[in-house]
Amino acid sequence: MFRRERPIPLRGSAAPLCNNLSVLQVPSRNLTHFGVVHGPSAQLLSAAPEGVPLAQRQLHAKEGAGVSPPLITQVHWCVLPFRVLLVLTSHRGIQMYESDGSVMVYWHALDSGDVSPVQAVFARGIASIGRFICVGTWSGRVLVFDIPAKGPNIVLSEELAGHQTSVTDIATEPAQGQDCVADVVTADNSGLLCVWRSGPKFKLVTQIPGFGVPCPSVQLWHGTVAAGYGDGQVRLYEASTGTLHVQISAHARAICALDLAPEVGKLLSAAEDTFVHIWKLSRSPESGHTEVEHCHGECVPDTQVCGARFCDPSGSSFAVTGYDLAEILRFSSV
Amino acid sequence: MSLRTLPLLFLNLGGEMLYILDQRLRAQNIPADKARKVLNDIISTMFNRKFMEELFKPQELYSKKALRTVYDRLAHASIMRLNQASMDKLYDLMTMAFKYQVLLCPRPKDVLLVTFNHLDAIKGFIQDSPAILQQVEETFQQLTDRYGGLSDGEFQLIRQTLLIFFQDLHIRVSIFLKDKVQNSNGRFVLPVSGPVPWGTEVPGLIRIFTDKGKEAKKVEFKHGGHYVTAPKEGSFELYGDRVLKLGTNMYSMNRPVETHMSGASKNLASRTQEIIAPNPLAKEELNFLARLMGGMEIKKPSGPEPGFRLNLFTTDEEEEQAALTRPEELSYEVINIQATQDLQRNKELARIMGEFEVTEQPKHSASKGDDLLAMMDGF
Repeated sequence: MFRRERPIPLRGSAAPLCNNLSVLQVPSRNLTHFGVVHGPSAQLLSAAPEGVPLAQRQLHAKEGAGVSPPLITQVHWCVLPFRVLLVLTSHRGIQMYESDGSVMVYWHALDSGDVSPVQAVFARGIASIGRFICVGTWSGRVLVFDIPAKGPNIVLSEELAGHQTSVTDIATEPAQGQDCVADVVTADNSGLLCVWRSGPKFKLVTQIPGFGVPCPSVQLWHGTVAAGYGDGQVRLYEASTGTLHVQISAHARAICALDLAPEVGKLLSAAEDTFVHIWKLSRSPESGHTEVEHCHGECVPDTQVCGARFCDPSGSSFAVTGYDLAEILRFSSV
Repeated sequence: MSLRTLPLLFLNLGGEMLYILDQRLRAQNIPADKARKVLNDIISTMFNRKFMEELFKPQELYSKKALRTVYDRLAHASIMRLNQASMDKLYDLMTMAFKYQVLLCPRPKDVLLVTFNHLDAIKGFIQDSPAILQQVEETFQQLTDRYGGLSDGEFQLIRQTLLIFFQDLHIRVSIFLKDKVQNSNGRFVLPVSGPVPWGTEVPGLIRIFTDKGKEAKKVEFKHGGHYVTAPKEGSFELYGDRVLKLGTNMYSMNRPVETHMSGASKNLASRTQEIIAPNPLAKEELNFLARLMGGMEIKKPSGPEPGFRLNLFTTDEEEEQAALTRPEELSYEVINIQATQDLQRNKELARIMGEFEVTEQPKHSASKGDDLLAMMDGF
């Protein structure tokens, strides 16, 4: 059972984008940071455990040549071995800040090159693995940035080709043991998933085809890919082989966000059907297969959810954003 | 985000505008031949080939202000006049109706069915004008050509772009409140029951597979909603059962059009950002207007056809009252072309504005610049 906690007010409503909530847990300081995209601006705020907002900051997409103020597509904290960076993607490029958003340490302008005039140019999909930050783009290219332990000497180290349509989301997990085969998964608008092994040069491990249905959100847990689709399905695959293990008819509308509480194997799925579901993933001792159990379903009435994240490592609390909603809703288990 | 959104936005908003005007023309007892002329003139202007060409060019969506200026001109494409308050109300109703339709579309692709519903109804308005009917059918073909082959991912982007356009709009509409599709706080009701979208499975099942791909186990879980399978898919053909009711005419003689202005958006921060747009933005919007309206062939009234004023409210006093009490943050403030300089710089827009004749007021023989400014203020 979950109960609603006090919501945290936002300066601007959440934009109807997928994965529109980033959470950075800072248990040592008893703080939680939240990041939400409004449109041409994104809001960062930090809150104490009871949800009392403490500090807030607004970031804007860097202007460039163009007609209207550029829209931000995503904001996400990247936890690296020696530092935490906040990454902001927009229709102009990629901005990286110190974790509190106070200083921009890096700017990468997107190369629109010989784009067909019908194509919108943007970056979307942010995740970190080891010392790298991966960011997806409208063309399907995934940019890999090499991040130094400190300072602004960030370098674009590689451009991964694997997708033919716009990247939607990227998920990573720390290498599971010496013989780990895959630690990065990228997803796109056609539902295609690419599984990679990170390193000085990334290696494509396998591709899991989509069926034309977009995959807006993806997670990676213990070698299992969890993918949420535009038709409301959640599917779990073996990352190294692409074998389908579980298929869940989870939602009645497009899924907009997935999150993981990796220590306990809990998966959160949120969709435009106003529902948030929590699932327990486990490995069956006999078959070695991934299994799923439904734990909890929460309806957020009349709200087209656009972002959802666990707020603590045990997955006992989560936060939700919705289109047109100017507050972050919070739930915690009783 | 998507550069393919404008035609869908324009045609659906235009469709809603026609539904509302049709209802008000009948409610105000405007003679049938005059009413028919108004609708014919507006529809013929909307579907003009040159205008459609401009519309279908890949481009970003402009602000609500810029778009409103286009509809203002469209609404005045005939012998009918609307006061500012009525025009404001008309635009409010149009935007809230289409926002509702986009939000409730089961699949992102269904926005095309909503558009077809509007076009089907528009064809009904001009049944006795084969020339205009031809224009509408050509547009239908254009839509099919441009959107028929788009992927689900592209439609998801279009849907997001439309919702971003409508973000923070919470005007309460009487007919929505009565039908319980809108809450008293201005938010739309999102039902958790009924048919799932075509291609989606009813939620509630977990299927576990073996390594060989065989289904090993099936487990049900309680989803929380009350969904059933979709009966059939709507038709994307020129003629066909769309199945979807969104985009069909919800107004009738017994269901008048009303709005409550007190449901204003609380997010003033986001609103002010839009109103104090920097100059370069205003210039781009002027160019957009020039391009788009340049394609509009407004028929000049042939002969002494007396115009009339349409009122979106039930009485003139109500209309006046509405104009006085409209909340600041909801004022549409038509694009403020501040200096004659701006107009001169944009010769194209000046030329178009010059073509616009106000049949009621006599033409002044003052300088051309002043004339144009005066006409802009009259908008």
